[in-house]
Amino acid sequence: MARKKIKMRITLKGTDANVKVLMFHPMETGLRKNKSTGEVIPAHFIKEVYVEHNGTRVLTALMGIAVSKNPFMSFKVLNANSGDTLAISWVDNLGETDSTEKQIQ
Amino acid sequence: MNNSRRIFLRGTLAGSLVTVAVGTGLLVPGKVLAAWPEAAFGAKNQKDALKALLGSASTVDSKQVKIKAPAIAENGAVVPITVSADFDNLESISLMALENAMPLVVSFKMTKGVNSSVSTRIKMGKTSEVVALARTADGKVYSTRASVKVTLGGCGG
Repeated sequence: MARKKIKMRITLKGTDANVKVLMFHPMETGLRKNKSTGEVIPAHFIKEVYVEHNGTRVLTALMGIAVSKNPFMSFKVLNANSGDTLAISWVDNLGETDSTEKQIQ
Repeated sequence: MNNSRRIFLRGTLAGSLVTVAVGTGLLVPGKVLAAWPEAAFGAKNQKDALKALLGSASTVDSKQVKIKAPAIAENGAVVPITVSADFDNLESISLMALENAMPLVVSFKMTKGVNSSVSTRIKMGKTSEVVALARTADGKVYSTRASVKVTLGGCGG
């Protein structure tokens, strides 16, 4: 499971942290069919994403199948300082999870 | 490999991963997955999705809610959208693509720890209006819409 990854880029401007997150995930809708077998490819998508700033939840994303593959999110964390920790974690419909954290430079 | 072995393996791995994530304190089991609004994401029209997600289908058009979206999306599988809502007690910003089979795409629960603008990328099945809905703490829902033309539909084969 080392394949799963979350990439986070943080740019601090004053006390605003501009954050870009890329989460690797197929976001399979469950509406596609395998072209050779005709079987429906089962849904496999991230349902919830949590963003925590120094341990406090600041943003939650509830996602459905219509979020693009390898979900991207960009947002601005307020009252941020160098040394603060930003943590991202997600849970998908199969109960799989991934998470990462980074210190603001 | 037959299917039952595949499911078993995936189950064990998922189990161990959840344990790790729980250990880091980032996930609280039970509470976490119970929060996902299944009925809202499964609703086939805007009205039902709104009722299921926000408790009511009534919204007020507002210039304080903004959508930044391409007028023409070349690839319906990846349409970049930015939604923002300039309100003091902003609770959530949700996004719907009206021509998608299930219009609700994503809902962001906001706090005072982030500013009121979020960007993401969504799938659109065809040319459609996208609607951004901002809910404030008093239960009011404000909305705005934008039209996005899609040349290549994004829900796959």
